[in-house]
Amino acid sequence: MSIERQEIEKLATLSRIAIGEDTITEVSQRLSSVLELVDQLQAVNTEGVAAMSHPMKATQRLREDEVKEINQREAFQAIAPDTEDGLFLVPKVIE
Amino acid sequence: MSYSGWETVIGLEVHVQLATKTKIFSGASTDFGAEANTQACAVDLAMPGTLPVLNKQAVHYAVMFGLAIDAEIGQESAFERKNYFYPDSPKGYQTTQLEKPIVGRGNVEIKLADGRTKNVRIHHAHLEEDAGKSLHEGSFRHGVSGIDLNRAGTPLIEIVSEPDMSNAEEAIAFAKKLHSIVTSIGICDGEMSQGSMRFDVNVSVRPTGTSELGTRTETKNLNSFKFMEEAIHKEVERQIDLIEDGGTVTQETRLYNGDTKVARSMRSKEEANDYRYFPCPDLLPVIVSDETVEELRRNLPELPDARQARFVEQYGLSDYDAGVLGSDAAMATYFEVTAETSGNSKLAANWTMGELSARLNSQDLSISKSPVIAEQLGGLVARIADNSISGKMAKQVFEGMWAGEGSADEVIEARGLKQVSDSGALEQMVTDVLTANQGMVDDYIKSDEAKRKKKLGGFMGKIMQASKGQANPQQVNQILAQKLSELV
Repeated sequence: MSIERQEIEKLATLSRIAIGEDTITEVSQRLSSVLELVDQLQAVNTEGVAAMSHPMKATQRLREDEVKEINQREAFQAIAPDTEDGLFLVPKVIE
Repeated sequence: MSYSGWETVIGLEVHVQLATKTKIFSGASTDFGAEANTQACAVDLAMPGTLPVLNKQAVHYAVMFGLAIDAEIGQESAFERKNYFYPDSPKGYQTTQLEKPIVGRGNVEIKLADGRTKNVRIHHAHLEEDAGKSLHEGSFRHGVSGIDLNRAGTPLIEIVSEPDMSNAEEAIAFAKKLHSIVTSIGICDGEMSQGSMRFDVNVSVRPTGTSELGTRTETKNLNSFKFMEEAIHKEVERQIDLIEDGGTVTQETRLYNGDTKVARSMRSKEEANDYRYFPCPDLLPVIVSDETVEELRRNLPELPDARQARFVEQYGLSDYDAGVLGSDAAMATYFEVTAETSGNSKLAANWTMGELSARLNSQDLSISKSPVIAEQLGGLVARIADNSISGKMAKQVFEGMWAGEGSADEVIEARGLKQVSDSGALEQMVTDVLTANQGMVDDYIKSDEAKRKKKLGGFMGKIMQASKGQANPQQVNQILAQKLSELV
């Protein structure tokens, strides 16, 4: 299964990733080869095998509900591109 | 509101913030109202290298909800990533559950105004994280949005109903019942104004008698029962008008502004997000053991239906009163303390549902924030019940307590509101008033039986005035009737 140029463009938009005209063919080829690998896997008979959400034979450890984090806003905002009054500022977004 | 020839189909998706101390995947506090971004830690900000660790309490709260609606509990559940780009979700995806939710099919019974009950099926409920908040107006400069990530990572359960409701009344009854359940079992504080419960309403219409579902729209993020009702009415009307005018309903997401009463389209299906769900590699399958489920079942607090039945039984309340007092956990506790402090459950019920609720509503306060606590109201009810004060005085005492003047007895003492119930003193008072108003007495004697009854009020007024409102009205009534009958 190969991936169409249009699909690459759609994925790029959804992921907010800019893919230049010069690389789009290469990206398309690489993703197609991943999908080909998946096609091969699809050929395996999985009848009666339960879907697996994780490869490890382990289960999620749970954390006690206790506050462990302290306020480190200053440190986090020091590396942010733009802040004001404790808020992170981003280009205006209204849905 | 109903349109002949049409029926409405409604399903709800309800987001419930769980009352945990910390986030679902981090140890940052979930306290409401903190300064912006002071409760957003490295995990909540999606800093590189951070990993989620699931909050045990959030899992337990979700299981408790499942038990409360008699649902199948997913003994193994898993988390997925729902990918979308929006600045209030810095990871670029929401960690949620899709294939294996923690709570499976269940049932919620609702009671309607005409006394009918109806079962609403729950499709499932899953655990997920809340997003942060985007602020589009503030002291910051024009053309940017401010992001506060304190809410990012707050644990939620999303409850998805089947489309089993057929009008706004049923949808509201269902929403209120869920509110009642989650507050009663203590998994949510139920503070709607703080966004602790938010409703997405799916609405479609179809010609009466047909079984095929019409195209539905989803109105998102309603945070009050009133707004929900308005939004449903408006949407049903819009869809029917559209179809009757020859148009078709488009599947879309809509927003309803409760302040301006205007609904608008947010995005259509064509523009709908393609979420590209996949299993979250950072989180392992979640196993809830049978022992844990059984322990949570044993310790599950009283459910609203059971509590309402107990109120009827234990306190002799009417079904209606038990419904009002028993549905909200905080109100139920308040009533029980008031009833026990006062020793008079009927009066306690009247005052909790009457004066107290009216005052709280008018000032937009929840009962947990009431300036008059249950013990104080109980003290007041006790003084009404033992005839120390009249109903009119009680209102003044309530005012005093509301203003922070202390217990009922302290206000009664400070304001000199003691009711005079000493029969000797009252008899003297009645005699004095009758003597001073001979004209009225003569007039009374001359009147026929029917008119006499009406004239009693005049005497009562004079006597209450003479006693500065402190005479016990029931006793005065009796003494007055007795004295007048002696004169006739």
